[in-house]
Amino acid sequence: MSREAPSTHPSGDNRFKLLDRAINAHQGDGHALIEVLHAAQGIFGYLEEDLLIYIARALKRPLSQVYGVATFYNFFRLKPAGRHTFVLCTGTACYVKGADRLQKALEHRCAVRFGETTPDGAVSLVAARCVGSCGLAPVAVIDDEVAARLTEQEAVARVDAWAAAAEEVTR
Amino acid sequence: MTVEELRELAEQEQARQAQIRHRVLYCAAAGCASCGSLGTRDALKQSITARGIEAAEVVGTGCMGLCGEGPLVKVAAGDVLYKRVDAAAADRLVEQHLAGGQPVGDLQLDTSAPFFAEQVKVVLENCGRIDATRIEEYIAVGGYEALARALTELKPAGVVDEIRKSGLRGRGGAGYPTGLKWDIARKVQAEQKYIVCNADEGDPGAFMDRSVLEGDPHRVLEGMAIAGYAIGATQGYVYVRAEYPLAIERLKLAIRQAERHGVLGSRILESGFNFRIDLRIGAGAFVCGEETALLRSIEGRRGRPRPRPPYPSERGLFGMPTVINNVETLANVAPIINRGSAWFAGIGTPRSTGTKVFALAGKIRNTGLIEVPMGIPLRRIIFDIGGGPPAGATFKAAQTGGPSGGCIPAEHLDLPVDYESLATVGSIMGSGGLIVMDSTSNMVDVARFFMEFSRDESCGKCIPCRVGTVHLHGLLEKIARGEGTADDVALLEELCVMVKDTSLCGLGQSAPNPVLSTLRFFRPEYDALLRPVEVFTPAATKTTDPA
Repeated sequence: MSREAPSTHPSGDNRFKLLDRAINAHQGDGHALIEVLHAAQGIFGYLEEDLLIYIARALKRPLSQVYGVATFYNFFRLKPAGRHTFVLCTGTACYVKGADRLQKALEHRCAVRFGETTPDGAVSLVAARCVGSCGLAPVAVIDDEVAARLTEQEAVARVDAWAAAAEEVTR
Repeated sequence: MTVEELRELAEQEQARQAQIRHRVLYCAAAGCASCGSLGTRDALKQSITARGIEAAEVVGTGCMGLCGEGPLVKVAAGDVLYKRVDAAAADRLVEQHLAGGQPVGDLQLDTSAPFFAEQVKVVLENCGRIDATRIEEYIAVGGYEALARALTELKPAGVVDEIRKSGLRGRGGAGYPTGLKWDIARKVQAEQKYIVCNADEGDPGAFMDRSVLEGDPHRVLEGMAIAGYAIGATQGYVYVRAEYPLAIERLKLAIRQAERHGVLGSRILESGFNFRIDLRIGAGAFVCGEETALLRSIEGRRGRPRPRPPYPSERGLFGMPTVINNVETLANVAPIINRGSAWFAGIGTPRSTGTKVFALAGKIRNTGLIEVPMGIPLRRIIFDIGGGPPAGATFKAAQTGGPSGGCIPAEHLDLPVDYESLATVGSIMGSGGLIVMDSTSNMVDVARFFMEFSRDESCGKCIPCRVGTVHLHGLLEKIARGEGTADDVALLEELCVMVKDTSLCGLGQSAPNPVLSTLRFFRPEYDALLRPVEVFTPAATKTTDPA
């Protein structure tokens, strides 16, 4: 029995070709749902509803299951991320070394809570469980770059720098 | 590849390394990488080229242990270890040590210090010694020799027997005897069986498994292949956290190399044994560290646990017998097969054999990764190896086992670190995170912190955990705000026992541990926050004098 190859998306968006390739790499096996969601988030940045419907059809799984899995795991985002992400580690070692103070300072600076993105789409504040660099606590991953032994001033300064750079561009 | 070819390859690589006069190793693990070890590497290479030093190589390795002093660099000849090697220091190191033959005194770490001398390395023996991206280096230090021995000299039952006699117990926290688990799976008749490596190190404050995967991935693969041979499985999965991109990259590379060299895949080492390993990337759910939840996640579903029995050894992944072992457990397998169960059982205590890797963090001088024999007193880990709390701070508690463990106070510092002793003080061995707290940490707040974690990570399947953790967290918040009463503490205690006794899986069953242990040892901190109970006294009314 041959499986029907998933059709590309009617929008003609070429990114779906990449997604199809990821789905085909698992022979459209529904057990690979989490792998496919990882691939989809890597390609599209986040998992919007339309994308989840597409994946459900391709893997022949009920949408409820796909949605259930996408919302169960912390790693999957259903909303677009900001242009910059500030991932603060809130693990025990970082907590003991004052990550809670960093959290307050950043929430105050950005005027949003952790887990949210600023209304202008500039900065996402993300709380990570533990990034596994406990020896360097408190740690943050600022736009994919690990920052060790962070202070409140340094953390806020990084956000200030992003704001300054954005202003430079608009000027 | 045949066994002879494997040994030939080992000799070739040893001969190649013997040709190199200056083998400079830099720590390329996550800890040092985030303090700039890649810059150190470039500076070392540049300096070596600029000075025209020949027969030198710069090699990236896994974790060297003392993460707090990174970036770390080691000169292989004489095992000279250097701390805080930035670009300028790298140049000085090349000039003085490689060109001049004189170690750089002010950068050198004293490897006879307790931090190094008190450790016994089994799991981490290759971390910081070999280049994890080259299978040849692993083979040169005796890698895949244990697999060859298992395939040629031992029957599957013999392998299981060896592991059983070694006394190896699960390093993920619960400490179930590994040999017993393998034996159950071996005896079950089934078309297909599976080996799963649990690398979903979700415990905040723990980074042992990450370091092993980044620094010595082949060791874990070899352990899985031996396990597969022992129980009759032909397929293995490594379930690794998405938060560990470097570990994922290293594992992918290691699997490819092992397949190319014929130590994984079909007809391994020209025997009749086939074993494939695939990666499964987690997606950030603490509960997936629980074995039945992990299996659901590999099947592409929500990671929700199910009641046991049947245990995965009988009915696991896709309904087939499955052995699930933690990274560190599997990393112990090859040395046991190589050196024998008696050697392994000679380390540690009679009931907790071997070593344990701990991640030291928090208010302690030497933060990093250590490996100690089981049964070592906690005091020696914290004060000798860890160097104690930094100047001006006083030790208050050691936290082991993360959100499932407890806080151990100063009066129990002489407790030997083994599975049973830690349980007597209401904590658990856990996966190996050890966080030191000083007087600046409020223990009620620590309990609240862990309960918030458990509340957020509860999968919601069973009511005691789903509802219980919310209420426990609420009560702790109330007490921390100074609004709690003695009745709230009594309710907190009662609820803890209920959640512990009635939850479905390990997450709920152990979630109250941080509260119970802080209540047990730091009760005055709770009491100090309590609001006095307002006793209703009827307003003094004038009583008419009968007289």
